[in-house]
Amino acid sequence: MLLNKPHPLEVKVLTRRYEYPQKDAIGVDEYVAKEGYEALKKALDMTPDAIIDEVKKSSLRGRGGAGFPTGLKWSFVDRKSPKPKYIVVNADEGEPGTCKDRVILEHEGHRLIEGCLIAGRAIGSNRGWIYIRGEYRTQIEAMDRALAEAYARGYLGDNVMGSGWAFHLSTHTGAGSYECGEESALLESLEGKRGNPRLKPPFPATSGAFQCPTIVNNVETYSAVPDIILKGGEWYAALGTPKNGGTRLVCLSGHLVTPGVYEVPLGMPLMTIINELGGGVWKGRKLKAVIPGGSSSPVLRPEECDIPADYDSLAKAGSMLGSGATMVLDETTDMVKLMARIMKFYAHESCGWCIPCREGTAWLAKILARLDEGAGTKKDIDMVDELAQGMFGRTFCALGDAAAMPAMSFVKKFRGEFEAKIANAKVYMPAPQTQPLVVL
Amino acid sequence: MADPITLTINGRALQVPAGTLVIEAAKKHGIEIPAFCYYEGFTLQAACRMCLVEVEKMGKLQPACTLPAAEGMVVLTESPKVVDARKGMLEFLLTNHPLDCPVCDKGGECELQDMVFRYGAGESRFVEIKHHENEKQWSPAVYYDPARCILCYRCVRVCDEGLGVGALGLTYRGVHAEITPSHGDHLECDECGWCIDVCPVGALTSGTYRYKSRPWEMNYAGTICTHCSNGCKTTLSVRNGEVIRANNRDRSGINGEFLCVKGRFGFDFVHSDERLQTPLLRKDGKLEPVSWSEALAAVAAKFGEVKARGGKFGVIGSTRTTNEENYFLQKFARQGLGTANIDHHRSGDVVMLLDALKGKTDALAMVGDLYTTRAALVIGADLSQQHPLLAVQLRADYRHHQSSTFVVTPGEVREDQYAARSVRAKAGEELAAVETLREDLAKHESLVILFSDAIKGDAVRKLVAFGDSLGTAVKYVCLQDYSNSRGAMDMGLLPDLGPGYHAAPATGLNMDQMLAAKDLDVLWVVGANPLEDTALASEGAFVVVQDLFLTETAGRADVVLPAASAYEKTGTVTNVCGEVQRLKQGPKVMGVKSDLEIMGLLAKELGLSLGIWTPDKVFEEIRKTVHGYNVALPVIATGGAAQTTPVNGGVPVTVRPELIRSAGDTLFTSGTLGRYSKMLQGVMEAPGELYKR
Repeated sequence: MLLNKPHPLEVKVLTRRYEYPQKDAIGVDEYVAKEGYEALKKALDMTPDAIIDEVKKSSLRGRGGAGFPTGLKWSFVDRKSPKPKYIVVNADEGEPGTCKDRVILEHEGHRLIEGCLIAGRAIGSNRGWIYIRGEYRTQIEAMDRALAEAYARGYLGDNVMGSGWAFHLSTHTGAGSYECGEESALLESLEGKRGNPRLKPPFPATSGAFQCPTIVNNVETYSAVPDIILKGGEWYAALGTPKNGGTRLVCLSGHLVTPGVYEVPLGMPLMTIINELGGGVWKGRKLKAVIPGGSSSPVLRPEECDIPADYDSLAKAGSMLGSGATMVLDETTDMVKLMARIMKFYAHESCGWCIPCREGTAWLAKILARLDEGAGTKKDIDMVDELAQGMFGRTFCALGDAAAMPAMSFVKKFRGEFEAKIANAKVYMPAPQTQPLVVL
Repeated sequence: MADPITLTINGRALQVPAGTLVIEAAKKHGIEIPAFCYYEGFTLQAACRMCLVEVEKMGKLQPACTLPAAEGMVVLTESPKVVDARKGMLEFLLTNHPLDCPVCDKGGECELQDMVFRYGAGESRFVEIKHHENEKQWSPAVYYDPARCILCYRCVRVCDEGLGVGALGLTYRGVHAEITPSHGDHLECDECGWCIDVCPVGALTSGTYRYKSRPWEMNYAGTICTHCSNGCKTTLSVRNGEVIRANNRDRSGINGEFLCVKGRFGFDFVHSDERLQTPLLRKDGKLEPVSWSEALAAVAAKFGEVKARGGKFGVIGSTRTTNEENYFLQKFARQGLGTANIDHHRSGDVVMLLDALKGKTDALAMVGDLYTTRAALVIGADLSQQHPLLAVQLRADYRHHQSSTFVVTPGEVREDQYAARSVRAKAGEELAAVETLREDLAKHESLVILFSDAIKGDAVRKLVAFGDSLGTAVKYVCLQDYSNSRGAMDMGLLPDLGPGYHAAPATGLNMDQMLAAKDLDVLWVVGANPLEDTALASEGAFVVVQDLFLTETAGRADVVLPAASAYEKTGTVTNVCGEVQRLKQGPKVMGVKSDLEIMGLLAKELGLSLGIWTPDKVFEEIRKTVHGYNVALPVIATGGAAQTTPVNGGVPVTVRPELIRSAGDTLFTSGTLGRYSKMLQGVMEAPGELYKR
């Protein structure tokens, strides 16, 4: 099992039951012995409004990437609707650099189950699904074991903890598409259709899975809920900065001494995360850039990194907290190659639904690959930026933006490297006419 | 209608009902917002991003196709930001497009070409290798070229939402995404080709038309499909006298752009190798080609001789010839030959329905009513197979107006997909099954009842009595087989009834009696094949046949006169709902004459004075003499459909339900015409089967 050594600066809420080195997943006995399902017991005695209020007070924001206030999202569900209401867990952790949900799924499935139960209680739901990406085979199996235990102990089923309320939860395996991490595409896929995004509005809270009111949240978001109910929303909110409640898991990757998944309070300075938790840039090298929230978040130069890592501060810096995947790049990194690789990913994952994303990502991938090979011109550098701007804000869903944002920021902040590639090219190739450089 | 709101588009204040989409609001006021994926009447996609507009107080550009107009909204459709976005989208679209316009079928009528011409950049910055996929054949009728496809999903939607077939979907991702038939490499569907028609580019091409012509090299004739009784308007694309395509892109007529496989592809019988192009005369027991004058003289001589000696004539008319021809035929028979023995193949009991509805007005439904009615009841017909337009109308009514459809059939039908209730009833038990729907039907404020030959004779009276007892506004459609089945009835091709259902001066033999009569001297068959499975009892009868092909009946004939098909002549036909529409001549076939001309020449040869035999003059006479046919000429002259109300009083009816026999054609059969259409025969679904969904 992958679990890194804890760090004294971590604030352990989500991961408080974890032990290092961890041998097995936290089973139902161990979970219950350490306050597990206490929050559910408490929630069963609360009114739905009280649960939602508590979550609102906690300033918990969606941990999937968009950072939408969770309590507000739950309050959009029309509980009086005659239709069934559904709970959907987005465990399609696909954003490059992100590896936090797998830690929860693998180590403490019961925390997620308890979070789903409380959410289900809050919106009057009797059914939920955990949509896990197909590549997470181990995690799906771990989650299925946890679900079986919860059913056996009566935490799930027709009579949850003897309350008379029924709640059923199961895993649903994705089939390998980044786009299915977009909530409406996820719902399409859950319904057995092609994972294309849906038109919004209506939002899932109005018409989600099978056209019924549905809340879709990230694994980490649901997992934060039990402690909020147990210890109070205000306690949780106080852990972070105003409007950025609680703690979050940060996935540190790249050129660091101690990369891994750490739990930090929102608002911990970005440089502290990198230098203390991550142990600083490896091999004594200098920092070149930080991608703070998954591959789609705009890149930051070292001088831009002296900010607190919370939703609002990163937005102010022109980037985003996203999924919490912080990628640290040292001075030797080839930024052009990296950008070409990122764009190849988005071109591969574009679902093809709308024109700008479908054609734009493929085109950009080809230009960037060419630039990386040293077969570009200065015009091509401008074109990367222009094409990305032509996609940005004009695509059907956020995937187009996710591809455009890094492209624009890389060109803006590391233009010199792009120009150097052209200048240092051994052979000047005006344009490839015979061989495709990128076979997508 | 919702309360009107005011929005401003490009500085013009426009009033539209609340909830109108911005793209529609603009269109209503003459402002074009370009779009590929937006298609009126089908679900919204917002995929092509061509209709992005600037809206005040909204940061991002908004797709006009999904944005409901709101009070005070300020929209700009030609601002620099919008123009730039549009140009960008077109540039994106052309990156992997093959740009093979010089050889593409769509060249000249391509929406992508038009858009690039109007909104696009003059040159592309794209210098990479294009992504390419080879063309695929999905069926004899439909080909798909993924490289040209812009993925607007129109084809997917018309197939799924419009028809309920759902044969198309999307496979692969990103630039590799392409439309794929549900059977992987081939289509198993209605083969209607609607997908080809709505394709804005040359991605979907037609088996009959591909690589044959440029759109500006053809003449176009808007006429009426000659196959089933629905009377769809079809525009024939004619090149050098040959039809190479049929569609209805201008959406005129009762069917809009819809056509089934017969309408869109089943025109090739016109140029069949087996088409008769010279008269045939039986000499020494063999049919030999002869000149028109020789053939006509032979017929006239025989007719004159038999008439002079008071011999027995039998006249069988057609369900596909024009009203003018049918009218003239019965006039020829009754006045010219002095016989009352005239009939045709009847496929619906219109006579009984008209009598049962006596005194009622507005009780006959038009095709358009099927789209607006609150409820419909289909009895004894596989509508999507036998009456595809009516089925499409009902489905659209359900989709757009949430109407309720009730089905009483012997087996599964496609209408079950959305029917409020489906009841399975064996032959003869339909009325009892209808009775079980009484409460459900009475709930709706309007109802259209469509019934096939399962309801005939007294059952029609009982059905109308049932309709009367519901207390809602009920309209009826008596389903019939062929393009002018209704017109043949209206024009009096009946032994007991003359034009307009007036009692004929004398009652003659019906079709079965004629064929069974041993003493028949002359059998004159115009555009019918009664001897397909029945032998003519009178062995010595002189048989004259006017037809396109050497059918079983023509094979027994003494004289065969090659006739023009409906596509090669002018005149009017009346569809299943009693709507009169005008035929316009498209192709030309050497050696044939229209039935009207043949009859006129025969009359001349016989020295009869039956009036001038041009379609216009005969129609003038019909308008004066046949009840309900006094339709407004400009309506039909401009390609419209005018409803006829043949009678409003009682009909002197003779109950002969055994004569009402539908041929039970499927989507892929069409009587004798279908046999000579290679396309109808060539698709893998042929011949099709009723009640198999």
